[in-house]
Amino acid sequence: MLKRTPFHDFHVSAGARMVEFAGWEMPILYRSIVEEHHQTRRSGSIFDVSHMGRLCFRGLDALRFLDHVVTRGLADQQVGQSRYSLVCNEAGGILDDVIVSRAAEHWTMVCNASNREKLVTWFSAVRAATGFDLEITDNTESTGMLAIQGPKVIDYLAPVMPFDLRELKRYHFLTESYMLVPFTVFRSGYTGEDGVEVVVPARVASMAINLLGGRLAGPDAVIQPAGLGARDTLRLEAGMPLYGHELSEQIDPISAGLGWAVDLNKEFIGVQPLREIARCGSRRRLVGLELEGKRIARQGLAVLSRGVPVGQVTSGTFAPTLQKSIAMAYVEAEHTADGTALQVDLKGTLNPARIVKLPFYRKGR
Amino acid sequence: MSTAPTDRKYLETHEWHQLSGDTVVIGITQFAADELTDITFVQLPKVGDQVQANKAFGEIESVKATADLNSGVSGTVTAVNDELSSNPGLVNQDPYKGAWMIKVKVTNPAEMDRLLTADQYLQKVGH
Repeated sequence: MLKRTPFHDFHVSAGARMVEFAGWEMPILYRSIVEEHHQTRRSGSIFDVSHMGRLCFRGLDALRFLDHVVTRGLADQQVGQSRYSLVCNEAGGILDDVIVSRAAEHWTMVCNASNREKLVTWFSAVRAATGFDLEITDNTESTGMLAIQGPKVIDYLAPVMPFDLRELKRYHFLTESYMLVPFTVFRSGYTGEDGVEVVVPARVASMAINLLGGRLAGPDAVIQPAGLGARDTLRLEAGMPLYGHELSEQIDPISAGLGWAVDLNKEFIGVQPLREIARCGSRRRLVGLELEGKRIARQGLAVLSRGVPVGQVTSGTFAPTLQKSIAMAYVEAEHTADGTALQVDLKGTLNPARIVKLPFYRKGR
Repeated sequence: MSTAPTDRKYLETHEWHQLSGDTVVIGITQFAADELTDITFVQLPKVGDQVQANKAFGEIESVKATADLNSGVSGTVTAVNDELSSNPGLVNQDPYKGAWMIKVKVTNPAEMDRLLTADQYLQKVGH
């Protein structure tokens, strides 16, 4: 039985096509992936991201515990601040990529839907092994989460927020209440555009989605619903990794280009092997590829240099904004200089590609 | 809810086949176009190429997936819809008419008898 988010009725009434994703019934699109992609870059879109895990850490040792399980240093993190981080296993392999936020009395973590149960089990085991004193609760199913993304989102939402949204800095959040209902607004997202992510109690979901731009106000509306399909093409253009594609337990954060989110000067699970990789350099690296022509490089396809396999594609699409065939791939380190000419094996046809800097798309350019 | 015109026959892999005289026009169904989502690329054979029943004659790509295009009949390609190379999205908008893919002069028109009717096809895809 698939889980439904608190916005399910909205999706049905908006004519979404629903698909299974990580055990959830989610909208893949409402009208067209490409149209929803353009709407996000041009104006604004509202995405249901309630399937993402929302965990809460509370207690005497919450900070010490989190500092032990995530790669980023948290001791200097201020109340109201969020940080992107990784959770690694003992070998330095990535268990998940997460956003850790510090509230006055507790910490929260947003994790991937597909990794939520794995992380809860992992954290319980680590807590038992270390004896840290804290309580971990999973609020995923008692809350809903919406991402509202696009260049016009902040100005559109500012009047409906009970605080000055324009003053909320990137990677910061605020918890407020609206008619006695608590909600949290994060200035973050996964599309390469400015915007917010909002967590609300599940019981007020339909009110919240209407207030935040989900009203079906026709094709000219500033904010329109968008599905997981556009979310994927948007994040790929923005060069953002996706767990199960660019990230896995077989990949370490340094090879994934996420060294900036790893604090090798602190102790945490997986730090020893990561120090070793940082010292010796990683064998393979995540790169951006631009393919000649319109064919798409899908996950798992071989990347070659002069006919010799040197890597593998992790994600690819025909980028709606850039109008180019783009992909991310792991490639042996000696072939990763910008501009390097490579080939992608499309069922026996070697399609020319070259390495380009990530991200493929940066807003305002 | 998908539709399938009754004036043509279907493969389970979602290609429609419309016979007139000794020529079969081939395209893909609305259901397939919707499932693929926004189509970005269609690779078709050239005029004069041979196609074989139950073999792939081309490929179709969307932002989401790549799929083979299969023929239910054997014969020689007599025409190719060139518009699809510059406007692949036409397959999403008009799969049964404007976005026809190839015309095949068939060697054995009786091959059409083995294909699914519109009702049988819609049942297969769960409609």
